[in-house]
Amino acid sequence: MEEEEETLSLVLFSGTDDKLSAAAVLAVGAAAMGRTVNVFLQYYALDAFRADRISGDHALSPEATAQQAPSVKNHPGTHWSELFRQAKEVGEVSVHACALSMEMFELEKADLDSLVDDVEGVAAFMADATGPMVFI
Amino acid sequence: MIAVQPTKSIDARGMACPGPLMALIGAIRQGKVSDVIEVWSSDQGSKTDIPAWVTKARHELVSVVEENGYARFSIRKAR
Repeated sequence: MEEEEETLSLVLFSGTDDKLSAAAVLAVGAAAMGRTVNVFLQYYALDAFRADRISGDHALSPEATAQQAPSVKNHPGTHWSELFRQAKEVGEVSVHACALSMEMFELEKADLDSLVDDVEGVAAFMADATGPMVFI
Repeated sequence: MIAVQPTKSIDARGMACPGPLMALIGAIRQGKVSDVIEVWSSDQGSKTDIPAWVTKARHELVSVVEENGYARFSIRKAR
């Protein structure tokens, strides 16, 4: 895929399994289609990437109704962490932890899953975020 | 459409989007040029995703055969 594709930046704020899954699907699709993907983890999304919590239950977002929730929970999709792993395998995907959120939750890089490449300030993230940006 | 004997077949039926596509990408990467990979998929997204990826990655979509409840995609690794 020599043709240069636009970079996709995903800013992840929400830490619920449904939103992280939706974000992971976008990341893996973009990576498969040859786009560079920059992921920035803030707030609750960052917390979900903690090594000791990443495989746990992160519940669903408030917009999931009691009627919809079972459909989401029972759907046999791949876990979002595995989708991010696949995205990194097939393409150029970097995952950055927001320095401010790291401080807020008193986290060190070692507390995070190995999917996270580094800790970045917002300006450093913006320096690479040249294409469209999605906030989830 | 001429039937092409696949080098490798992947039964990805039951896998959710984008599982079958990811399985295909893995098989193409591991294969040799001119290998034909067949993927069986019941995922609706594969109908658009597999042709889009094959075009983008410049491989060749040999055939798409609709079966009962799934489709068989044959892809030749072109490079």
